[in-house]
Amino acid sequence: MTMNRNVLLFAGMFALIAFVGFAQSWSVALTILNFCLISAIMALGVNIQWGYAGLFNVGIVGFTALGGLAAVLVSKPPVPEAWAAGGTGIGLSIVSLGVTIAAATIASRRMTGRWRKPVILLIVVAGFFITRAIFDPAVQAIEAVDPAKTGYLGGLGLPIVLAWPVGGLLAAGVAWVIGKIALGLRSDYLAIATLGIAEIIIAVLKNEDWLARGVKNVSGLDRPVPREINLQQSDWFIALAGKIGADPVSFSSIFVKLSYAGLFAVVLLVILWLSEKALHSPWGRMMRAIRDNRDAAEAMGKDVTKRHLQVFILGSAVVGIAGAMMTTMDGQFTPGTYNPLRYTFLIWVMVIVGGSGNNWGAVLGGFLIWFVWVEAEPAASWLMNLVTSGMYEGSALREHLVKSAPHMRLIVMGVILLLVLRFSPRGLIPEKGGRERPT
Amino acid sequence: MEDLLNAVVLLGNYVIVPGLAYGSQLALGALGVTLVFGILRFSNFAHGDTMAFGTMVVILFTWWFQSMGISIDPLPTALLALPFGILATIGMLLATDRLVYKFYRKQRSPSIVFVMASVGVMFVMNGIVRFVIGPNDQRFADGQRFILKAREFKEATGLSEGLTIKVSQGLTLGIAVIVVGLLFWFLQKSRTGKAMRAYSDNEDLALLSGISPEKVVMITWIIAAALATIAGTLYGLDKSFKPFTYFQLLLPIFAAAIVGGLGNPLGAIAGGFVVAFSEVTITYAYKKFLKYLMPENLEPEGLVQLLSTDYKFAVSFVILVLVLLIRPTGIFKGKVL
Repeated sequence: MTMNRNVLLFAGMFALIAFVGFAQSWSVALTILNFCLISAIMALGVNIQWGYAGLFNVGIVGFTALGGLAAVLVSKPPVPEAWAAGGTGIGLSIVSLGVTIAAATIASRRMTGRWRKPVILLIVVAGFFITRAIFDPAVQAIEAVDPAKTGYLGGLGLPIVLAWPVGGLLAAGVAWVIGKIALGLRSDYLAIATLGIAEIIIAVLKNEDWLARGVKNVSGLDRPVPREINLQQSDWFIALAGKIGADPVSFSSIFVKLSYAGLFAVVLLVILWLSEKALHSPWGRMMRAIRDNRDAAEAMGKDVTKRHLQVFILGSAVVGIAGAMMTTMDGQFTPGTYNPLRYTFLIWVMVIVGGSGNNWGAVLGGFLIWFVWVEAEPAASWLMNLVTSGMYEGSALREHLVKSAPHMRLIVMGVILLLVLRFSPRGLIPEKGGRERPT
Repeated sequence: MEDLLNAVVLLGNYVIVPGLAYGSQLALGALGVTLVFGILRFSNFAHGDTMAFGTMVVILFTWWFQSMGISIDPLPTALLALPFGILATIGMLLATDRLVYKFYRKQRSPSIVFVMASVGVMFVMNGIVRFVIGPNDQRFADGQRFILKAREFKEATGLSEGLTIKVSQGLTLGIAVIVVGLLFWFLQKSRTGKAMRAYSDNEDLALLSGISPEKVVMITWIIAAALATIAGTLYGLDKSFKPFTYFQLLLPIFAAAIVGGLGNPLGAIAGGFVVAFSEVTITYAYKKFLKYLMPENLEPEGLVQLLSTDYKFAVSFVILVLVLLIRPTGIFKGKVL
C-alpha cells in the first residue's frame, strides 16, 4: 500500500517534469531535472544529519561552496607564473600556520600552572604575525600575475569528475573542525556554529583572490561531457540526429543535458544505495536510537558525541559532492551567488517536506521543492499580473507588486516549511517503523 | 605630547566612538535573543529578520511623515516613527507566537523543533520585508547629521586629528542606556518582571506559584519586539538599511548573547560590547595611529590591519568558538547549557 503510494508520488513528480517538457521546452525540463538530481543529493546529505541523528546544520551553503571550490582547484590548469611568484610563500605560510596550531595545542595539553594561558596566547599571536608576514607578499605576487585572466594559483589540471570526491573531502574536513567544537554542547550551538562557518567560507571565497579569483569568478571550467559545438561537428552525432529527425543544433544541447542527467543519476543512485544500506545496518539503528533517546543510548554505552561527529562529517561530505557537481554543470565558479536562503533553507524545506529520516523522502523532497522553487517565479509573476490587472497601467503600486513578485517565493517556502512542520511533521514519505518523531 | 593626543583622538574617532555605538546596537539585539532564550528556551533565528521587519515599518512611517512635512529637526524623523514600528512588530511577533510557537509549547517539543520553526518564521519575515521594501539599500536618516564635526574639534583643540560624533551615534548610546535602564527596572522591580525571572529560573515552580505562562510569554515577545525594532532602527540610522545585512547581524548577535551567557540579560550587554570592540579593533588599520607614536625611522610600511573588514564576521565567530571551547556557559554563567 505505502509502496504503491511512493511509486505514485515519484511518477507524479516525473509527470510534472515531463509536463514542463511539453508545455515549455525539453531543454528547460532537462535543466530542471538536473538541478532536481543535485538537490536530491544535497537533501540526502542533510537527511543523514537531521533524519538519522537530529543534527541541525544551518551552514549547508558553506559546504556547497567548498564543493564548488574543489571543482576549480582540481580541474583548472595550474598557473606556473603564479606558482613561481608566490607558491613557496603560500606553502611556507601554511607550514607556519600548522606549526602555530601544533605548538598551541601541545602547550594547552602539556602545560599546567599560571603560565599556561599567557604562553598559549603568545604562541598564537606570534604565529599569526609570522604567518601574515610570509603570506601577504606571496598573495600580492600571485594576484599581480595577469590579474584580468588568472591572478590565482590555478588548479591541478585533472579531470573535473575527480572534483566531486575532493569536494566531499573538503567539506568533510571543515565539518570535522566544526563538529569537534560544537557537538556535545546544546543542540542550538551546532546550528549557530554552522551558520557562522558558512558565512566565513563564503567570505574567504569572495576575498581570497589567490585561491579562486574571488568575486572575479572562474569561468570556462572543464566538462565531463562533450561540448555542444563539438557534437554538432561530429559525423556520428549528425547521423544520430538525422535518425530521430531532430535539428542537430537544438538536439546537441539536449544531448549534453541528458549526459549530465545520466552522470548525476548514477551519483544519486550510488549515494542513495549507500544511505539505505547504512540506515538499515546496525549502525543506522544505533543512530536512530541515539536520536530518539539520547540518554538511554548513552546508558547503553554508545559514545553519542563521537557518533554525532561521524554522521555530521558524512552528511557534510555528501553536500560537498553535490556542490562540486553543481559547479561542474554551471561551468563556472561564482562565489557571489552563494546565498544562504537559496542553498541552506531551501534544502531544509526539501528534507522536511519529503520526510525526514527517510532517504526516499529526501530525494522526493529535493525534486518537488526544486520544481516548485523554479516554477514559482513565473507563477508568481503571472499571479501578480492577474491580481493587478484591475489597476490602471503605470500605477506605482502595480509596478511595485509586479516587480516584487519574485520575493513571494521566500514567503511561500517559509509557509510550506511551517505548515509541514506543524501538520505533517513526518513529511510526504514518512520514516518507516520506529516511534513517532518527537515533534 | 601632541602626537600622543593626536593618536588618542584618532583611536577615539575610528575605534571607540563607532565601537560604542555598534556595541549598543548589538547589546540591544542580544538582549532580545537572550530574553527569548531565557523564557522560551530556544535560539530565535528569526531575530535578525524581526529587526529588519521593525525597521522596515519605521522607514515606511518615516517616509510618510516626511511626505506630510512632519519633522522633529534636528533629530531624525525615524524617532517619531519608532513607536509605530514597535507596535507593528509586537503585532507580528504575537501573531507568529499564536500561529507557530504556541502549538509546540503545548506539545512540549524539544528546543530544536522551535529553532527549526523559527527558521521558517525567518524565511517568511525575510520574504515579507523584501516584498514590501525590496532587497536594496535604503537610507532614511534625516535631520542634523553631526553632534561634533571634525573641523570644529580641530579648531577648538588645535590638534591635527578631528573627532566626529554623529547624531545617530549619540542617539544610539542615549537610547540604549534608557532602554536598558527601563528593562532592568522592569525585570527587578515590577511584579510581571519578577514573574518572568521566576519562570526563567524554574518553570515548574513558577507555575505552582500561580504565574500564568501565557502572560509571561506574551510579555517576553512584546519586549523582544520593542528591543528588536529599536536596535534595528538605530543600526539603520547609523549605517543603512538592507535586509540581507540584518540577516547577517544574526551571527554577532548570537555571539554576543552566548559570550555573555545565554539567558542572562547583563551578559548580553557585556557580550555586545565585547563582540563590537573586538570587531572594530581587529579590523582597524593602525598605520596612522602608530605613525604618531613611533619614532620616524620605525614607521610601519603596511596598513597594520590585523584582519580585513571583509572578515569582520570571522571575529564574532572566533569569539563564539573560543567561548564554546573554554567556557560554554559564557562570562556571566548563562542559565542552561
